[in-house]
Amino acid sequence: MTVGLVIVSHSARIAEGVVELAAQMAAAVEIVPAGGTDDGGIGTSFDKVQAALTAADSGDGVVVLCDLGSAVLTAETALDLADDPGRIRIADAPIVEGAVAAAVAAESGASLEQVLAAAQDQAPAPAQPATEHQHPADSARSAAVEIALANEHGLHARPAAELVRTASGFDAQVTVNGVDATSMLRVLALGLDRGTVARFEATGAQAAEAIAAIELLAAEGFGES
Amino acid sequence: MSGLDGAWTRRWIEAVVAEIATRKSELTALDRAIGDGDHGENLDRGFQAVLGKLDALDDAPTPGAVLKLVATTLISTVGGAAGPLYGTAFLKAAMAAGDRPELDATGLVEVLTAARDGIVARGKAEPNDKTMVDAWSPAVEAAGAAGDDVRAVLEAAASAAAEGAIATEPLVAHKGRASYLGERAIGHRDPGAESTALILRVAADTR
Repeated sequence: MTVGLVIVSHSARIAEGVVELAAQMAAAVEIVPAGGTDDGGIGTSFDKVQAALTAADSGDGVVVLCDLGSAVLTAETALDLADDPGRIRIADAPIVEGAVAAAVAAESGASLEQVLAAAQDQAPAPAQPATEHQHPADSARSAAVEIALANEHGLHARPAAELVRTASGFDAQVTVNGVDATSMLRVLALGLDRGTVARFEATGAQAAEAIAAIELLAAEGFGES
Repeated sequence: MSGLDGAWTRRWIEAVVAEIATRKSELTALDRAIGDGDHGENLDRGFQAVLGKLDALDDAPTPGAVLKLVATTLISTVGGAAGPLYGTAFLKAAMAAGDRPELDATGLVEVLTAARDGIVARGKAEPNDKTMVDAWSPAVEAAGAAGDDVRAVLEAAASAAAEGAIATEPLVAHKGRASYLGERAIGHRDPGAESTALILRVAADTR
């Protein structure tokens, strides 16, 4: 089971498109669109949102991504009237980027709060910024590697998702070119193109393991070759 | 009339349905100027759906029962921001009315206050943000100062809401689609404030 996602948009096609995009990187996550009005027009439907919340919740909770104003109001109204509002979080995030980041986090088994944090581009709860809180013992356990990116389109969405998944799997703070490598949005914002030399650094108990795993991932083309 | 009973509440809602059907183009025109141009059609769809459900009520419903039916129907059928906003307003109003068979002036002010508070909580708008709050807030204040006659309370609320709606014209919007327009919203009346004034005016005119 993973945390599910609901995509609330004024447009059925936007909601379905966001689901399609996010699902490409998170096949195991239940991502349910709730776009448009009941009669297929532009607007939001309370009934569609309510049904989507039920469909997306496998027991671990649901993070909701919304587009404009009334989508948020409709989602909040559904939350107020939900049987178990404690399992629903409404993300304050851009609908496309937030959905992709949340889907990747959910796919890696993250908790409800961690998926919410990923959507909102905050570091997941256990991680700390790599430049802070470096205890001497942790600093001793650090590792780094520079890798020339061979992927045709650089670290675009799918390879970036693979990196985030790998970087999240170790007891270490991992950065790529200085940004949190467990944040999908920050990795994508780097715009790392083919041929760029990216520097991966890790600190913490499993720093060496994390860097080794990233080297292996890079050798396998970040899942693309 | 002493208090407002369920039959009055039903007559009021039926009159609102008719008035919105008559004035939906006007509301939509206001919305087209500074929003997404669907306020009249959305409200009309919602209230027409309410009309279809009123017959499912008991023969002698409480005001709260009528308000709750309106709330759940609007939430499901309006489709724009007005759905959750008016839906929440009517839901909070229904909760404030409880199972009282009639609302006296004090009860009416409680109900109006709960509706306004629900809208503020849902939309997080403040006075002068150029939203329906700019009609609701003066209406609630005037209602609270209108004494212990329900007709006087309704008339005070309706007049203050109308003035509040007009007073949105010079404002820049800080909530909703109009907030994307900046100073281009100046000179246009907020459609949500106008529909609020409409609903409360119909209440004051319902016997």
